[in-house]
Amino acid sequence: MQEREALGGKVLTVPFKVCAAIALIGLFFIGKRFIFGIGSVSNMNDGYPWGIWIAYDVVVGTALACAGYSIALIIYVFNKGEYSPLLKPALMTSMFGYTLAGVSVIFDIGRYWQAYNIFLPWLSNLHSVMFEVALCIGTYILVLWMEFAPVMLDKFKADQLKARLNRIIFVFIALGILLPTMHQSSLGTMMLMAGHKLSPLWWSGFLPLLFLITAVVIGYAAVIFESLVAAIAFKRPMEMHLLSKISALMPWLLGLYLVVRIEDVNLRGYLPLAFEGGLLGNLFLLENLLFLGALLILAYPNNRHSPQLLFIASCAMLLGGSMYRFNTYIVGFDPGTGWRYFPSVPEMFITFGIIAAEVMAYLWFVKTLPVLPKLTKAQHT
Amino acid sequence: MKIRRREFLKGVAAGTLLLAAEQNPAQAKRARKDLPPKAVGILYDSTLCVGCKVCEHACKQANNKAAEHSIPSEPLWDDPRDLSDKTLNIIKRYGVEGQKDSVEGFAFIKRHCMHCIDPACVSACPVSALLKDPENGVVTYNKKACIGCRYCQVACPYNIPKFEWDSPFPEIVKCQLCSHLLAKGGISACCAACPTGASLFGPVEKLRLEAKRRLGMEPGKYYDFPVADIESTEVQQHRAGGYVKHVYGERELGGSQVLYLAGVPFANLGLPDLPEDSYVALADGIQYAIYKGMVYPIVVLGGLIYIIRNREEKKE
Repeated sequence: MQEREALGGKVLTVPFKVCAAIALIGLFFIGKRFIFGIGSVSNMNDGYPWGIWIAYDVVVGTALACAGYSIALIIYVFNKGEYSPLLKPALMTSMFGYTLAGVSVIFDIGRYWQAYNIFLPWLSNLHSVMFEVALCIGTYILVLWMEFAPVMLDKFKADQLKARLNRIIFVFIALGILLPTMHQSSLGTMMLMAGHKLSPLWWSGFLPLLFLITAVVIGYAAVIFESLVAAIAFKRPMEMHLLSKISALMPWLLGLYLVVRIEDVNLRGYLPLAFEGGLLGNLFLLENLLFLGALLILAYPNNRHSPQLLFIASCAMLLGGSMYRFNTYIVGFDPGTGWRYFPSVPEMFITFGIIAAEVMAYLWFVKTLPVLPKLTKAQHT
Repeated sequence: MKIRRREFLKGVAAGTLLLAAEQNPAQAKRARKDLPPKAVGILYDSTLCVGCKVCEHACKQANNKAAEHSIPSEPLWDDPRDLSDKTLNIIKRYGVEGQKDSVEGFAFIKRHCMHCIDPACVSACPVSALLKDPENGVVTYNKKACIGCRYCQVACPYNIPKFEWDSPFPEIVKCQLCSHLLAKGGISACCAACPTGASLFGPVEKLRLEAKRRLGMEPGKYYDFPVADIESTEVQQHRAGGYVKHVYGERELGGSQVLYLAGVPFANLGLPDLPEDSYVALADGIQYAIYKGMVYPIVVLGGLIYIIRNREEKKE
């Protein structure tokens, strides 16, 4: 059993207060949206019906929140129990990421007061990719809270309840692996329907596979990133032995991704588009160069033991994967007929507010709940 | 019988590969859909349209939509620039600067919902708010089901559904072929109002034949053209235009119930060149291959529960 501890210390630090201020500004604009409609705060329009609230908060945000999924995958499916220390913090960021993606959806959808229609069997459209994604994400948010619940029950010493939950937790763990596999690939399937409106550099029959791989890559990169940042911020030892082992997987995943990604565009005959020097071509190159860079760093075992290089590689993977997803939903999307979209300031502040809320929740939880692994005396230096 | 973890994983891997092979995206398409039995639609003939916009006005009246004033300093008449949450039907003009004669190509085009035979919006909608009538094939919208996710807008290859961005209680807005008038035995308001027969209502089978008949006409000669409803007896005589030899909407993305004829290339009129297979058929095919009766997900879930439970028990 992995021993864990709450970090303790003051919650109301300066970074926490800065985040609170940003979250309040976001909250103000969310209020405006509910009173005057989406058009009053957002630049979304009939040509670009989805803006950053979907492309960032949901499509990129849930990928960043795939840390829990990626670690659960390696612990339970590949039976590597030694990664357990990474599990709870990863699950927690996943829980926040997904929950806030769910919250963003509520203010993004126009007729939010009817959102429960998704759960009414007589209205469900089994052909709809959106239906599957909505149902899967909704269920997964619940699953994440159940997976994380033991940590909260520890805090409140609710041992009986915890024992009862532990008897059935395997169901939630299993769902916690199945559901992200389903909806993360479906987030790619979703844009198949955009057809000729999506640039051929992104539109592909392989969208579901590429979205699934980026979810896993971003998930591991987020684990590495968070673990390193938390170590520095809270002055704890780095979990380098685990991180360098995990990162040994990455060259394979990145290699698989790059082969499918490039060869798919090439076989369809659109690779020359990438070298025309336009915005889309350059973004395509940048996305893939970031992944290639991470691959080259992590391919050498020595590099995987350097915190600096691991950090750089994880940033490259986070950025490359996020860009791929963002471009598929916004930059590569062109409905024609002269529509343009760039997010408005209030629209961006709502997204910043969501991110700020996430950081606040993280700080509050690690300080008050037993999330991070307990350190031995020797490690407390 | 005890299945060992390694064997189970091998099985899963083999299954996934099989699935991937079966799912070669190029072959995953599902079959095309057929025209509904009593499909009705519109044949719009750009060569007959004089751009009077009476159809726009009739549409707004029939559907209770407000006028739009694109030039705020001159709020005298309805002057929408494109389809919007207030404009379900619009006449647009294509022209080359400085050219006034139709030989060099200026032409009108009428835009509204195409009532696709395999509509992307219907397939996209998670809550069945957009439905295709199994009898007459009209694509209708039900605001009581809609959650406002706007996937229909992303999915529509023609950018038809519009959203009420400035309302706190927004709806999706699109042409529903005046289904409320059809229910009373009428025809869509735009066709009833059209003075030249450029917008012609009727059963799609008949409209297709009529379109073929027109493509066979000799340009410059006079012919009879039905007006308003192809099943009515009212006709007008017009000179036949020089048609582009293509019925737009007959095969595009699996076909639609709105058909276009024109004297200038369709791409000039904002109607893109589209493949005959719909993107819906492809997306559906891939989705169906993975989720066929939820068999794969349930098998995977069962396997996961099995190995995780084993692992947890061993720990204790």
